[in-house]
Parts: sequence; structure tokens; C-alpha cells
Amino acid sequence: MKVINLDHISAKPLLPEVKEVMIAAIKEDYHNPSSQHKSGEIAAEALQTAREAMAGLLNCKTAKEIVFTSGGTESVNHAIKGVALANEDKGKHIITSNIEHNAVIRSLRRLKSSGFAVTSLAVDAGGRVNPKDVAEAITKDTILVSIMHSNNETGTIQPIEEIGKITREKKVIFHSDAVDSVGVVPMDVQQLGVDLLSFAANTFYGPAGVGGLFIRRGTRIFPLLDGGVQENNKRAGAENLVGIIGTGKAAELALRDMDKRLIHLKGLKDQLLNELPTMIDEYIINTHPEYSLPNLVSISVRYIEGESVMLMLDDDDIAVSTRSACATGSLRASHVLLSLGLSHADAQGTLVISFGIDNSKEDINTFLKALKNVVTTLRDISPLYQKKADRLGS
Amino acid sequence: MYNKTVMDHFRNPRNVGVIEDADGVGEVGNPLCGDMMTIYLKIKDEHIADIKFQTFGCGSAIAVSSMITEIAKGKSLADAKQLTNKDVAKALEGLPKNKLHCSNLGADALQLAIQNYEDKRAGVTRSKPLRKEKHEHSHGEKCYCPYCDIEIQEGITFCDACQSSLEDEH
Repeated sequence: MKVINLDHISAKPLLPEVKEVMIAAIKEDYHNPSSQHKSGEIAAEALQTAREAMAGLLNCKTAKEIVFTSGGTESVNHAIKGVALANEDKGKHIITSNIEHNAVIRSLRRLKSSGFAVTSLAVDAGGRVNPKDVAEAITKDTILVSIMHSNNETGTIQPIEEIGKITREKKVIFHSDAVDSVGVVPMDVQQLGVDLLSFAANTFYGPAGVGGLFIRRGTRIFPLLDGGVQENNKRAGAENLVGIIGTGKAAELALRDMDKRLIHLKGLKDQLLNELPTMIDEYIINTHPEYSLPNLVSISVRYIEGESVMLMLDDDDIAVSTRSACATGSLRASHVLLSLGLSHADAQGTLVISFGIDNSKEDINTFLKALKNVVTTLRDISPLYQKKADRLGS
Repeated sequence: MYNKTVMDHFRNPRNVGVIEDADGVGEVGNPLCGDMMTIYLKIKDEHIADIKFQTFGCGSAIAVSSMITEIAKGKSLADAKQLTNKDVAKALEGLPKNKLHCSNLGADALQLAIQNYEDKRAGVTRSKPLRKEKHEHSHGEKCYCPYCDIEIQEGITFCDACQSSLEDEH
């Protein structure tokens, strides 16, 4: 069965080259990189190669600024809780936005219960934070600003560089959750002006369960996990060396092929957005027309519900993701979509179409045709669509 | 996530549509909580001669609507009045626990449609059409937190496990 994967935001396939180095790494039976004997040194060298590739992708000043973790969630938890605990003598105020990932929201909720104050900034109708709002929210108690680079539900990219200028000037630590951006769009931590940047390897076709955190030298931060002195004393525990080796390879390829991939992805995105109006009507595009990822489009199809759409497309062997409340564990409407000003009913019909370098124009065509049928079928069942027809008829 | 029976009713929903000159119409839910269901009845000799539905909602909501129409079709009004949401969930061989609250509204919609028919026949006019927006669970029926699936004791307005307020739903 060949499934067309248009849900790359949930999982991307490993690149063949990445698989190859990981299989070789398993066969190699690496020793512990912290051991000082010969076998340990060989493992440490492999770890260092991966770290340098990752540092290259982000344009770090030194590879020591990369800390490997178990993924984006751990990185975000580390950045936020680690900075808060290491700097609470300076102040207990943190600034964030209303559209962050749950890893950020819940880390901050945890800190709130131990006395930290959090200011959460609204976004404009396009889904972007205004850098001026960040500047105005900074007080003498502010120790951290955490704003995501791109949103995982809409693909909209935030003005990180502008915010970075403000935080540098005001000497506040700046973290950006760039889990859906690193390896997809060019990232330069010098240009962005961030002190911390979270990433996940699967975003650039590396293994799930590996990620990392860029920590600018000189940033005060405590480890999230206490124990040994691995990862430059910033993340205890023996490294997931096989995963990290795969990540290093994926980072190397992401840097090498970035331009080629961007052209391919942009082509698919343009095709989808240009042809959508010829297939269905009455939908809302939640993705920013200018500042957004090249590989993700969020659409709210009116009068129908997203889980039903997802299940019907699944029958056609097409995998997409939905942000309908019905399809989440929480059954709650997405805070990101509500922040954009969407009504609950419109938020219910939200699909996230995310593609990858393994998708073709043919995949987009197949999806559009299938979507047209599914939307027609579900609108025929929908009382909301019927009411709208009655209103227009009367 | 859904069992075969639920998926069958979702993929091939029975009795979809509108009855233009319906004898009774029942509507439950609102888009805020995710699902809306409308049931249309045609009554002949105190029996449900025809029944159709329209639903805005998830896979479970569509399957529930389809199933209630199939169970109710041909039944006497007296028998149809006995049908509960629980009967529908049972006929579907089970629904995910966290969906019981929000999408298992088929019997509620049916009961409102029957009430609407009886109102019309008795010449009762209501200032507002009968409409049900909140789930009410029958006595003895187990109730689960819609957010984390933990069983909730009757009369409690928040979930012990996730601390969600349940006043609107419970």
C-alpha cells in the first residue's frame, strides 16, 4: 500500500543516507563517548563529527554550543526551565506568545506555579507577534523571552530577527522554539540574535527521538537533567549516539541541499494554493502569505469537520493532519486558530497539509481531487451547509 | 481508533438527508462543542415511517447519527421513546470513551424530533424551538472526562486527573 504522506509535520521519513549511517553505527557497536580509552575516543570522534555538522547548519561560533537532547520537547523544557532556575535571582518574569507549542505553554505553566510571572502576547490577524509588543512588555524583572520561529499548526514565521535586536539591547535571554524550522529554512543564530534555539532531527529527515538545543556561550542556564558531565556538562546521561550520528548526517545534507529543497517545496506549496480555488470554495487559509514555511499549509474548510475529512482521505490512502478539536486528545479547539480570530465552527474544519522532499506534483493533484470529493460528501451531510443554502435561497 | 461498525456507518452513512415536509424535527449540539445533529421524522400510524439526518461533526458523530436512524426506522413512537444514547453506543459496539459526551447525541436528537411532532399534533407552540446544547447523562451511566478519559463521579464539576472544569459538560 502506498500512502501519500501529506502529514510531514507529524513524521518525516529518514533519508536513505541517514539510514545508512545509522545502520553502520549500530553495526559499529560504539563504546561510550565519555570513556577515555581508545574505544571511547572513537565514539567521541563520531559524536564530535555530528556536533560540528549541526553547528554548521545553525552557523554557531563553536560546536560546543550544540547540546543534543531527546528531541524538541526536551530542548524547549531545558531552555525555559533551565534559564528560569539559573536566573531567578535577577527576576521572575518571562515573555511568550499566545500561539506557542504545548511544550512551551506547559513548561511556563509549571514555572507559574512556582512563582514566575508570564506575559503572553497576542498575535495579529496574520498570526505574527509585533516586536514592539515584546519591547513594551520587558520590565526590569524580565529574564527570558520565548517566541517560536515557525508555528507548527499554521507554518507562519515570526519576526525573530527584530525581536532578537530588542532582547540584545535590553540584555534579556532570548529562546526560540525552532523545531519546525531548523533544517527546512536557512537558520543563522548570529543573524537571528537568539541565545537559545530548540530543534528536532526529524524535521530535517533525521531520526525521531533526537533533537537539541543551541546555547550561546555565556548564557546562564541549568541542566534539565542532572547527573554526569556529558554534553559539555549541560545534559547528563549517556548519549544516543546512533541517533546523533543520523542527526549529524541529516544536518549535513540539509545544509548541502537547502536551496534545491526550498525550490521543490515552494513549487508544491504554490501548486496547492493556486489550484485549491478551482477545487473547493468557502475555505480560509491560516498560513501567512509571505512569512511562512515552504512545506506547510493550514486550511479551514467551512461547514465540515476536520476529523471526518482526515478519515475519508485516509480511505483514499492520503495522510493529512487536522486541528479539529474532535481529533485532539483534549477535544478542545486549537488555541492557535482561536488566536487568529477563527470561530469555533471554522476551527473545526482545519486541515494541516505538510509536504516533504519525497512528495511530487502528482501527489498534490491526487490530494486535491480527493479533497474535492470528500468536501462534497461531507457538506451534503452537514446541517450548517444546508442552513447556508436556505439563507441564500430565501 | 474507531471499531469496524463505527467506520462502516461513517463511510456509508444510512438515511442521510432532509425530509422537506417532516412531521418532527430535532436538533442537538452546537458548533462550539464540535457537533451538530438534526433528525427529521415522517410519522404514519404512530410509527416512524421515514427518518433522515444531517450532521456536522467527527467520524463518531456521523456514525451515531446513521445508527440512530437505522434503529429507529419503523419503530412505534412508544418504542422509539425508550431509545437512549447508550443503546446507540451499544449498537455501534462501543465508542471511544472521551467521545461519549460530545458526539453521542443521536438519541437526544430523536427524542426532540418526537417531542416536536407531539407538540405540533397537540397544537403546542413554543416560543423557542426545542434545542439541546448540553449533554445530560442518565442516572447510573458512567461519565468520563472529555479531556483525559478518567471516570468522573456524579455531581463533581472538575476532573481530578487534569483539573479541567467540567461545569459546562458534566
